[in-house]
Amino acid sequence: MATRAQPAPIPITKPSTQMGDATARLGTMFFAGGILIITLIIVGVLMEKSWLTFSKFGFGFLSGTNWDPNNEQFASLPFVYGTLLTSFLALLIAVPLGVGAAIFLAELAPANISSVLTFLVELLAAVPSVIYGLLAIFTLVPFMRDYVEPGLAATLGFLPFFQGQIFGVGYLTAAIILAVMTFPFIISISREALLDVPRDQREAALALGATKWESVWDVVLPNARLGIIGSIFLGLARALGETMAVTMVIGNDPSIKASLFAPGYTIAAVIANEFAEASGNMHLSALVALAFVLFLLTMVINGAARLMLARTARKNA
Amino acid sequence: MTMSPRTRWRYAVNNVMLTLTALCTISTISILFFILGYLVVNGISSFDLAFFTQLPKAPGESGGGMANAIIGSALMVGLASLIGIPVGFLGGIYLAEYDGGWFSNAVRYAADLLNGIPSIVLGIVAWNLLVVPMKSFSAWAGGVALSLILIPIIVRSTEQFLRAVPNSLREGALALGANKATTTLTVIVPAARRGILTGIILGVARIAGETAPLLFTSLNNQFWTTSLGQPTASLPVMIFTHAISPYDDWHRQAWAAGLVLLTIVLLANITARFVVSRNVG
Repeated sequence: MATRAQPAPIPITKPSTQMGDATARLGTMFFAGGILIITLIIVGVLMEKSWLTFSKFGFGFLSGTNWDPNNEQFASLPFVYGTLLTSFLALLIAVPLGVGAAIFLAELAPANISSVLTFLVELLAAVPSVIYGLLAIFTLVPFMRDYVEPGLAATLGFLPFFQGQIFGVGYLTAAIILAVMTFPFIISISREALLDVPRDQREAALALGATKWESVWDVVLPNARLGIIGSIFLGLARALGETMAVTMVIGNDPSIKASLFAPGYTIAAVIANEFAEASGNMHLSALVALAFVLFLLTMVINGAARLMLARTARKNA
Repeated sequence: MTMSPRTRWRYAVNNVMLTLTALCTISTISILFFILGYLVVNGISSFDLAFFTQLPKAPGESGGGMANAIIGSALMVGLASLIGIPVGFLGGIYLAEYDGGWFSNAVRYAADLLNGIPSIVLGIVAWNLLVVPMKSFSAWAGGVALSLILIPIIVRSTEQFLRAVPNSLREGALALGANKATTTLTVIVPAARRGILTGIILGVARIAGETAPLLFTSLNNQFWTTSLGQPTASLPVMIFTHAISPYDDWHRQAWAAGLVLLTIVLLANITARFVVSRNVG
């Protein structure tokens, strides 16, 4: 790269400027290295503090279902189940809505309207999690309890997912909140992936007599699929680690139920509720172990997302 | 010209699907207006001077405010900025201007990893590093937890905007005899300043609304905080505790606090947008 070329040393260059150069390089390198060290410390702390739990319960911590702090019994399955279930349900809602909106913004809306609407979507992504939770408690929970869940029970009640007592709080409500918090990410990244598809692809399809929708569905979407899948994975990672809004509507019940109406628990929610008042080292360590499991989950999903988004970037370069 | 049934079907599908995508957009964006409207309608009635000047009242007593939480939030966001902005900015300069092979890639990977860690996990780490040794929940711990979220955001945005500066500017400055450090400081960074500033505003707005990492680092406090070593109230945690409480008065306070927080965050985002679009224009 041309930027690395240093000017040829000329007599008037004072030694002090060379010194300044080296200092600047080392100084900024120090902070860059700091980021590396911080990340290593985070991983180190999580591993060290969860060691007690993994050495005591071993694999049983991952496969067991009994979470009983009073008797020092700890296992993670109900929380992993709740986390995965709410996140996947959220994607079921958020993906069609998000990709649909991205298609509208990238393919249909005039450029100036699209940029205003995209900005509004970005604002939606900036709304703090606790505010989603606040609104959910007072609007979504009663709405689910009084209308949606009785309606689902009446029409689809023969399925095990839509049976049982209705509380308003539970897996389904948490999933809906997560969907709302996920689709801004899916929309803005999918939109960019769609806009990256070369214009002549669309024109070729239209020239062959395809309708607008056919050009989008058969030509543009397949071209942008890596970017769209990447955006979905990013949304998933965000949903898995989402804490406040879920904590406020999940119902806080560490058990595994098929019914989506049932109160459940997620990893992030149990940490939020129990960590500050955890009794004893074993309980604390079990919560850190849960955090470590969550860390690994989001790391894998984020890694997959980055891989896909990087591949699209290279493909279009 | 008459269309064959097949063609008519294709156009019908076209119209239906395109309408559906418009509906998707409308329904997602209307959520933003629903949130705003709901908070304005419910929050504005709880607004008075007391909200900004008084301490929270005990359950059952009406009135009171969240002055301590507003100050506490400002304190911890300020603390996080003091740590996060220099580290992120200087780290970003290194990544953009001194490409150091494997080391730069490792830092970039670390920043991405850090960016993806759920904020509640960062709260646990800050608890272990600060609350345990200091034997107290504190504003320090809250500020550090927030800075862990801020750092990767600023690193990556600084790097991105510095890289967008054309190479000809670097070459021009170097050709005039400036060294690398002078070039970076007096030519490259000023050229990218609006973008870098945008990244900083967005990052700070993001941490201002973060709740999870504060739950067990700064905890909460019904009273004024007199030192950084004490448990400290913050707006997001106040909203959480008030929202899940069974008291109507507390709910009203939560809506007012939600309105304040949302207004701050949205204004910051709109400001950032304004800054960056002037950069383009």
